[in-house]
Amino acid sequence: MNRRPLLEIRNLRVRINGQEILKGITLAVYPGEVHSIMGPNGSGKSTLAQVLAGREVYEIVEGEVLYDGEDLLPMSPEERARRGIFLAFQYPVEIPGVSNLYFLKAAVNTVRKQRGLPELDAMEFLALAREKAKLVELDESLLQRAVNDGFSGGEKKRNEIFQMTLLEPRLAILDETDSGLDIDALRVVAQGINALRHPDRAIVLITHYQRLLNYVTPDVVHVLYDGRIVKSGGKELALELEEKGYGWIAEEIIGSARS
Amino acid sequence: MATPTNIIEELVNREYRYGFVTPVEEEVFPPGLNEDIIRRISAKKNEPEWLLEWRLRAYRYWAKLVEEGAEPRWANVTYPPIDYQAICYYAAPKRRPKSLDEVDPEIRRTYERLGIPLEEQERLAGVAVDAVFDSVSVATTFRQKLAELGIIFCSFSEAVQEYPELVRKWLGSVVPYTDNFFAALNSAVFSDGSFVYVPKGVRCPMELSTYFRINASQTGQFERTLIIADEGAYVSYLEGCTAPMRDENQLHAAVVELIALDNATIKYSTVQNWYPGDREGRGGIYNFVTKRGKCLGRNSKISWTQVEVGSAITWKYPSCILIGDNSVGEFYSVAVTNHYQQADTGTKMIHIGKNTRSTIISKGISAGHGQNTYRGMVKIMRGATGARNYSQCDSLLLGDKCGAHTFPYIEVHEPTAQLEHEATTSKISEEQLFYCRQRGLSAEDAISMIVNGFCKEVLRELPMEFAVEAQKLLGISLEGSVG
Ligand SMILES: Nc1ncnc2c1ncn2[C@@H]1O[C@H](COP(=O)(O)OP(=O)(O)OP(=O)(O)O)[C@@H](O)[C@H]1O
Ligand SMILES: [Mg+2]
Repeated sequence: MNRRPLLEIRNLRVRINGQEILKGITLAVYPGEVHSIMGPNGSGKSTLAQVLAGREVYEIVEGEVLYDGEDLLPMSPEERARRGIFLAFQYPVEIPGVSNLYFLKAAVNTVRKQRGLPELDAMEFLALAREKAKLVELDESLLQRAVNDGFSGGEKKRNEIFQMTLLEPRLAILDETDSGLDIDALRVVAQGINALRHPDRAIVLITHYQRLLNYVTPDVVHVLYDGRIVKSGGKELALELEEKGYGWIAEEIIGSARS
Repeated sequence: MATPTNIIEELVNREYRYGFVTPVEEEVFPPGLNEDIIRRISAKKNEPEWLLEWRLRAYRYWAKLVEEGAEPRWANVTYPPIDYQAICYYAAPKRRPKSLDEVDPEIRRTYERLGIPLEEQERLAGVAVDAVFDSVSVATTFRQKLAELGIIFCSFSEAVQEYPELVRKWLGSVVPYTDNFFAALNSAVFSDGSFVYVPKGVRCPMELSTYFRINASQTGQFERTLIIADEGAYVSYLEGCTAPMRDENQLHAAVVELIALDNATIKYSTVQNWYPGDREGRGGIYNFVTKRGKCLGRNSKISWTQVEVGSAITWKYPSCILIGDNSVGEFYSVAVTNHYQQADTGTKMIHIGKNTRSTIISKGISAGHGQNTYRGMVKIMRGATGARNYSQCDSLLLGDKCGAHTFPYIEVHEPTAQLEHEATTSKISEEQLFYCRQRGLSAEDAISMIVNGFCKEVLRELPMEFAVEAQKLLGISLEGSVG
């Protein structure tokens, strides 16, 4: 492939509270691709996602990240968002007092502004929000409620996908959006993701389960283990992991370290 | 790193936008307070004998309190002792206009810069303005139009001349000069303020507003507002306040008295933006104010809404005495303290009549080193059968150097009364800000959105024309802090 990667991570090392969590990640995601990142609890998946989105509590020790050819790390979180990076949070945050609709209208309009599109007024936005809510089968009453405030776990996840479909990001990073979902919700989330797929866009799915991958076929599956990508492969790798767990990978690593 | 704390700091460090001084020649009394000064103030205003006597009685009462060292110290605020002999008690522009057209161009420009046009037209066409500049009222708009409905809206000084019986009947009837230290001081030296009378059955067709401006240095502002809504009358009144930036503190000790007769409603809104001092806590206004309304009549209603963002120290408790059966008292408050600002504010709801109801919604926002105290009393007297109160006090903290405190006092002497009290404290977290920013919002917009969401129950009580102003003001006052 001679196209430029949409996201290119080179030897990224990240620390928090003096402890190294990411220990040299290298990864290239090309437009049109879906990558899946799997790995045991605490291996650093969310850390990677949050660093890409610009969370400032992490310390970058080393490495480089290019987004569409540009140096990503100096950009503020809002600038990254406006340029099309979207993170579906593993734990979506509650914002009491701020209505979902109002919040999203502001978000959509900042992104539209960046893209040189006219801002939507309240009526136009409401129409758009209703249409997208239908797509992800989000209960319309959730639009009027405060952002994630008192939402059930599944509603929060659905709300993340809803936001994603509204914001139409170029790079979507979904951090365990499939966890804690019932079968119907899982199907809806998959629909949302598939609807976003586009030759110019890329999606990174962080997941523990291969069941989402039944609906969304990834181009590449990576295994993140103790802060490193230790294995990459096709969608069969996900099946293999589900079957055998992570133990064999640990053994492989230890084995290769000995040899 | 954009933590809530340092975003708040950035916001806080934005400049106060109303800190200029107007170059106008003013007549200023020498500093100090004694009976002679009071006689001079009274003479300046050509006051009747009874009013001078009332002032002198108030002064003697106050002087006794000073002697006894009885200046109130119970509020949760700290400041060095005030030297009352170092303050000037009267300052007024030398040129006094006879009509609106004659207002000094400098003063007219001042109000324009503050966004308060003194012309009877255009932007604030639905609002009549009384402009108080230091110790005197310099202009009142729409008087003629209001007079056609029998509504009196004028400066306090004019009311004393033209409607002495009304003033004499109601002055001090809600806040007697013996009420407290600062009320006594105000009663002795008050120089001007606004007077409103809405006659029986009249619904005032426009917002009435007073805009208070402190300009002269080393001067205190002591104004007095008296609003009477006769039977079945309705009036909505709004006051705004600003002052220049100065390194020394200035005292503002006002008294506001409201009287609502049978079936009358008074809605009183305040957007207080006195100079709050700088980021180190130098300068700023001491805002020590007594505001109280009497629901004298049956089915009467008094509603206080305040957005307090300015002043170095705020000490005020707009209250309602619910005497008439079925009368209603409301208090909606947003108080912001940033930098080193301190606020001790709240309300008193005194239930005397049957089936009286009161609502208290208080939203305190603290940022920087700000200290925010809610102090509220709900008192249900014996015989106030069926009285009800609902109180809600919420605090929002931005950063970790500020504080929020809540002191609710409840006194119930009537077994059929029903009271409900809710209180919450929350913080704007780094996670919340990051979530908003991940969706493309700037940290400041995120803060402002969260703060406005936090305050919306109060902001929606403000008259339309001012709700937008107030929202902006909240954003500005927290700029550089967490929103
Ligand atoms: N503030 C912190 N201080 C110290 N360690 C931290 C901090 N935040 C995260 N970590 C550690 O970093 C490691 C990686 O966490 P991360 O959330 O990235 O894991 P994950 O792969 O997403 O796990 P899961 O599958 O459970 O979501 C964990 O061991 C976690 O305890
Ligand atoms: Mg995780």
